[in-house]
Amino acid sequence: MTSLSLKELNKLPVRLASGHRLCAGCAESIIAKQILMGTEDPVAVSLSTGCFEVSTTVFPYTSWNTPYIHTAFGNGAATCAGLETAYTALKKKGKIKGDIKFVNFAGDGATYDIGLQALSGAMERGHKMMYVCLNNEAYMNTGIQRSSATTLGASTTTSWAGSVQSGKKEFSKDMTEVIVAHNIPYVAQVSPHNWRDTVTKASKGFAADGPSFINAISPCPRGWRFPTDETINMARLAVETCVWPLYEVVNGKYILTAESARIADGKVEKKPVMEWLSAQGRFKHLLQDRWEPVAEAYQDEVDRRWNKLLKLTELDL
Amino acid sequence: MTHDIAINGDNAVALAWRQIDPDVCAAYPITPQTIIVEKFAEYVANGEVTTEFVCVESEHSALTLCTSSCSAGARTFTATASQGLAYMWEMMPITASMRVPLIMAVANRAISGPININNDHGDAMSARDCGWIQLFSENVQGAYDNSIIAPRIAEHHDVQLPCMVNLDGFILTHAIERMTMVDTADVKHFVGEFEPLYPLLDVKHPVSHGNMDGPDFYYPHKYQSVLAMDRALEVAEEVFKEFADMTGREYHLVDEYMCDDAEYVAVILGSSFGTMKETVDQLRAEGIKVGCAMPHVYRPWPEAALAKILKGKKGVVVFDKHLSIGAYGPMFPEVVTAAAELESLPRMYNVIYGLGGADATVSGFKKIMEEVAEGKAAKITYLGVKA
Repeated sequence: MTSLSLKELNKLPVRLASGHRLCAGCAESIIAKQILMGTEDPVAVSLSTGCFEVSTTVFPYTSWNTPYIHTAFGNGAATCAGLETAYTALKKKGKIKGDIKFVNFAGDGATYDIGLQALSGAMERGHKMMYVCLNNEAYMNTGIQRSSATTLGASTTTSWAGSVQSGKKEFSKDMTEVIVAHNIPYVAQVSPHNWRDTVTKASKGFAADGPSFINAISPCPRGWRFPTDETINMARLAVETCVWPLYEVVNGKYILTAESARIADGKVEKKPVMEWLSAQGRFKHLLQDRWEPVAEAYQDEVDRRWNKLLKLTELDL
Repeated sequence: MTHDIAINGDNAVALAWRQIDPDVCAAYPITPQTIIVEKFAEYVANGEVTTEFVCVESEHSALTLCTSSCSAGARTFTATASQGLAYMWEMMPITASMRVPLIMAVANRAISGPININNDHGDAMSARDCGWIQLFSENVQGAYDNSIIAPRIAEHHDVQLPCMVNLDGFILTHAIERMTMVDTADVKHFVGEFEPLYPLLDVKHPVSHGNMDGPDFYYPHKYQSVLAMDRALEVAEEVFKEFADMTGREYHLVDEYMCDDAEYVAVILGSSFGTMKETVDQLRAEGIKVGCAMPHVYRPWPEAALAKILKGKKGVVVFDKHLSIGAYGPMFPEVVTAAAELESLPRMYNVIYGLGGADATVSGFKKIMEEVAEGKAAKITYLGVKA
């Protein structure tokens, strides 16, 4: 890819067609399109069971104008690895000519929880494939149940904000760090509000000589309780509050990007987490006085993780 | 050129795989299957095959990776047993419904619990409703031959279903037997090139595999699998005939021994078919007219072939190495159903035996068959169990 202009990117083949059945305001198709703009080579896509899968492939229709496969929920990485393995085998025998890229899209439930084993295995084995987590921080496809990607205080249908409970009791798992620990060539966090950052990272991921992992924050109007035209603003807010820092880990080297780099450099002010919490219905109970300590704990944990990330960027490898 | 070798069942399967040289193999170790993948890994390490060999982190991923690899257009093999098959269970009907003709060897072993590593058919029987073709092997030769036959049935364009090659854990997997191997060139010629339908990696013709079905399509898609299974019966017969032409070794949908003039027939699967043949010889020496039959192809269920064998018999004894607790052995109701079409229904008996590696002996089989002939046997017998 020589330039990253929207005009040029729009010339790429449309791999995910319009007319799919995702909810109004869903970020998943936006993220997927940005990711797929990261290569000019043919891409074979696999999906783990979830919103994106059920919304794009209701038989006899398909939204995929590129090779597509789905098998089950907890095995997206193995599904994608199977494509890549077949490609390697058939290319070696001259039965396939030309390069093909491979990517699996999965929700946070399929990534942080049920698919963690298959994902870890595929990363360790070094398949040349990209794994993208569309992280909307809960099991949205089954109706907003908490996952280990759900953050502290979020009200979900299995971690309610009730009279004696303030939503989810635990902070989210740091899945990006879990994958960094696999020592693969490329790991990154992205947000759909910054298409340039996302497409650039996707290009690097596709070009990596081995597995790559991209964790994308994917605002969900239904699950997070915000208006459907606020999706991109919500994604931006996640980055501006450092709830979702934009960074990449290239062969072990941590690099902050885009807004997160500017916050770290002091060029832009880090916004308080309360702006993020107060914008979403799932956190609205945290605005009550009695749950103030939870909101404070949220801020503390975001700060702790951000400061840790800043230290990691100082590592001289 | 063919020649005889001494080899155990697992190594015989690995040998057949080496001769076929599949594009992809992914597997996870589990007793008593492990020798297959260990041996195959050795072939990979020594460049004796061109296969991409993937050591996955679980059986769930093994079957997943194999399913997508085969969908992509690569001939793909795997192997498992017992808990491994149980762990694959979620994927098994998916593999079948996606019409993926991959091949899986299953070294039959009891399902936990209690945990037990020995042979019975709990694994294969618990997976029988998943839409896979299931072949059973009487001996090491059968396991080897089935491994060569399986791709021809599974990959046939009228079939397109995954195929499981069953061989009894330890009894066949670890026991060394004399076996006649087929020349590698003949194996390659017999099995042929893999010609996948709608391969996913044909990027010029993008296809979607594994879409979501509503009620309007789920049921018709299942019915298409029913039709494919029906065709698999015909295809299996054709392939068996071709295999016999090449090797002289005859297999049938239902293999049989001394059934023509028998008054009583034992229906039995796997290595116990051999034990039952010896039992038949001894009983015939005593003047009791007995025969035995093994559904070589268990799925699709060879009902017509079996009914033909059971016609006119006084009694039929179904030996099951698994049981549906609270009911019968899994094969019993199916044999009864096959016999139900006959003008006169033979007396039907069910014998549960050999669970978790419990002894399956000629003397035990003989005793129950004598009781049947004397009209003394119960409808269901738990052979040899110490209560």
